[in-house]
Amino acid sequence: MRQAYRIIPIYTADVSGVCSALYELGGMTVMHDPSGCNSTYNTHDEIRWYEEDSLIFISGLTEIDAIMGNDEKFIHDIEEAARDLKPRFIALASSPIPYMNGTDFPAIAEVTEQDTGIPTFAVPTNGMHDYVRGAGMALEAIAEHFVLPKSHAEDVSNKNTEEKGRNRLVNLLGVTPLDFGPLDHAETMKRSLEQYGWQINSMWAMGDSLDQLSKSADAAVNVVVSSVGLRAAKVLQRKFGTPYVVGAPVGRFTEKLSEAMEAAVSGEREDNVVYTACRMSAKNLQDANDTKESPRHRAEITLIGEPVTMGSLAAAIELQYSRSVRVLCPLEETDGLMTPGDEAVCGEEMMEEKLKDAGIIAADPLYRPICPKDAQFFELPHIAFSGRIYLKKIKQMPGFADLI
Amino acid sequence: MLKRLGGTVDPKGAATAIKDAEFPVPFASELEFNSPVHGTWNIVHTGMQVPDAHQIYVCADNCMRGVVLTAAEMNEAERFSFVILKEEHLLNGNLEDITIEGVSDVIERLEQKPKAVFLFTVCLHHFLGSDLERIYDELGKRFPEICFVRCFMDPIMRKSGLTPDQKLRLSMYDPLKKGTVTEEGQRRISILGSDFALDETSDLKRLLRCNDYQIKESPVCESWEDYLSLSDCRMMLNCYPSGKAGTEWAAERLGRPFMYLPSCFDYDEIIGQLEVLSESLELLGVLDYEGEKESCEAALHEALLEVGDWPIAIDGTFHPRPMGLARLLISHGFYVERIYLDAISPEEENDFKWLQQHAPELMLLATVQVKMRVLPRQTEREMLALGQKAAWFTGSRHFVNMVQGAGLYGFDGIRRLAHLMVEAAREEKETPDLVIRKGWGCESCI
Repeated sequence: MRQAYRIIPIYTADVSGVCSALYELGGMTVMHDPSGCNSTYNTHDEIRWYEEDSLIFISGLTEIDAIMGNDEKFIHDIEEAARDLKPRFIALASSPIPYMNGTDFPAIAEVTEQDTGIPTFAVPTNGMHDYVRGAGMALEAIAEHFVLPKSHAEDVSNKNTEEKGRNRLVNLLGVTPLDFGPLDHAETMKRSLEQYGWQINSMWAMGDSLDQLSKSADAAVNVVVSSVGLRAAKVLQRKFGTPYVVGAPVGRFTEKLSEAMEAAVSGEREDNVVYTACRMSAKNLQDANDTKESPRHRAEITLIGEPVTMGSLAAAIELQYSRSVRVLCPLEETDGLMTPGDEAVCGEEMMEEKLKDAGIIAADPLYRPICPKDAQFFELPHIAFSGRIYLKKIKQMPGFADLI
Repeated sequence: MLKRLGGTVDPKGAATAIKDAEFPVPFASELEFNSPVHGTWNIVHTGMQVPDAHQIYVCADNCMRGVVLTAAEMNEAERFSFVILKEEHLLNGNLEDITIEGVSDVIERLEQKPKAVFLFTVCLHHFLGSDLERIYDELGKRFPEICFVRCFMDPIMRKSGLTPDQKLRLSMYDPLKKGTVTEEGQRRISILGSDFALDETSDLKRLLRCNDYQIKESPVCESWEDYLSLSDCRMMLNCYPSGKAGTEWAAERLGRPFMYLPSCFDYDEIIGQLEVLSESLELLGVLDYEGEKESCEAALHEALLEVGDWPIAIDGTFHPRPMGLARLLISHGFYVERIYLDAISPEEENDFKWLQQHAPELMLLATVQVKMRVLPRQTEREMLALGQKAAWFTGSRHFVNMVQGAGLYGFDGIRRLAHLMVEAAREEKETPDLVIRKGWGCESCI
């Protein structure tokens, strides 16, 4: 049964995804929830909570307020807090009970914005989806509400120089600790692309302020480094015409990614998902293995996790070591992000089944109990899965771009 | 790197002098902040105390994440499973079926069948009016060898009636069976309802042992059978407020006498508790109350010599009686500057009034009020903190690392507290590493 889990945990949910994506932007995020969402988020999904303040709260919804539809209290409490704390914006996220009650979040956001004068928006979560959706919608809202039109150079004589510089300006979209760990790990992606002459305009949303993100239209190209960034990329493309490519810089794949970014800037590229194109060779590698008699899966290496990062890592492994790789993705949003041979997997039982013939597995250590005992297992801790359990280990590991 | 949000925030609404505080809720109930301090036990920790039991939760992703990782962090992932609910399960009106089939599936896949399953239903089950009788009846038929315990994770009800924590402490004794007390049981006292066994030197244990009584406590049971034998006793005691309702209910159901003897810091209250117990059990041996008091006074004096005028901060997770603790310390010359809490127990009304009169400037500070996210977490002079939250909110490295009163009880508890304060004053602790760990006293793999 796909809903039943015997031993592995579940990925970070959409509500925590919203909080994670908006954490550093100076807003106030309110989860309309009785209690557990806040503790779950700050304990297991947020590695910045102890050292870096962010205005993330729950409403403390009670049974009686839920039954009576007492939205007034919710609005009152938000406005009280906003008056005291003066956030740059207010984001509202829903949990299962308000979802079930049909609480009108867009209306509540509108009332709050009118009353406080603070930009307010609702992110339609319900606590029943994974973080990619929640964080993705949160960044999408930032792209919709806060990114300004391209800045216009006042000095005409500098225009050409600025245009030239702008052609190398890039935003990295979909960067949260849930996929990339601490900030210095995420910054390995910046350095990696800088080596190819790119300038990082902003990183959505770690290490940069809302003001910096609001200048994102200045970039020549957006790089969606995790599926969390995809929705924002589409908004930025629609609003400002900024092209985007999908892939995270890692190992030898970075060069291919950079080439794709250049093609996107010059308008020569139509295919957004860079690693899938690179990985078509993987099919050949797998086909070659088909001729061998082996009980193992024809892909030598199995990666489990988020589709963009794992797809990029798979491409890097294939380019660097000519070993065939498949990605098993247990997250919901995989459309267009997988290569033939990769699979979207739903639930523990299905994952266990898919892993039965795996020879080499690289995944979060909490997957180990459902892996075959004779498979080689390489630990790839993922905060969105095991939370802070392996944080100390993660801090000692290289950042994503330097993984191989 | 420590980043703080800018701007000055007026602490009004999050802090008040006790003279101006309202009883029992000094602060308005509005949006809530949750500090990164996690030593207080949750329902997963408490449920894991029952040997050979397996916990199964049925809820949505976001609610599940906190409990499943609690189990993983305490290295008990093998005793924890779950069933995930999606939108269609709410809309199709088949929550009962999903629960039954999901739980059955999990049990079928377990390598070893547990003696008991603690099945946690959630707010969604209540709001949809799920037929819990049907769920438990059907599971009972499918797995007659397993004892299903009705547990709840319904924080939406936490402000109206029993909290999920209290409800668990109520249902976790449901498996105890009625029966005649054996001869051995006639000389046994069961202490239920707390996450921690009382200290071996605690007044209760000394008193009962010197009268040839055995003591059995739920946190230290080693097997399912051992756990079930908690019912074979002369009397059931509870010393921890959150476990009072559960222990009392179990005692009533099983036909055992019940006594509530909450851990406290007042000599007269302690003597009163010990005397009522002695009377009820017709104990011949008693403690030397005057001697006990004198040794407490000596321990507190020694602590005062070490602590001096060091400002003290207490928090409500340290012990269920923070007001009583403050009163004890202030009346013995200590400088208690502040208490972090969000509500005051009705049991502490007298202590609250005493403090209003004798320490009117004592500050009460909220822990969940939103301003607590941004108000300064350093003090001019480092504080001696009693409790994890007090340590975090004041930025102190000198703190007594303990939650929920641990195993402190009676005169012995006061002496132990005094020693712990001396130890905290002398030694620095790694506050950031210690307070973030879930379930103080449990294994922690982080």
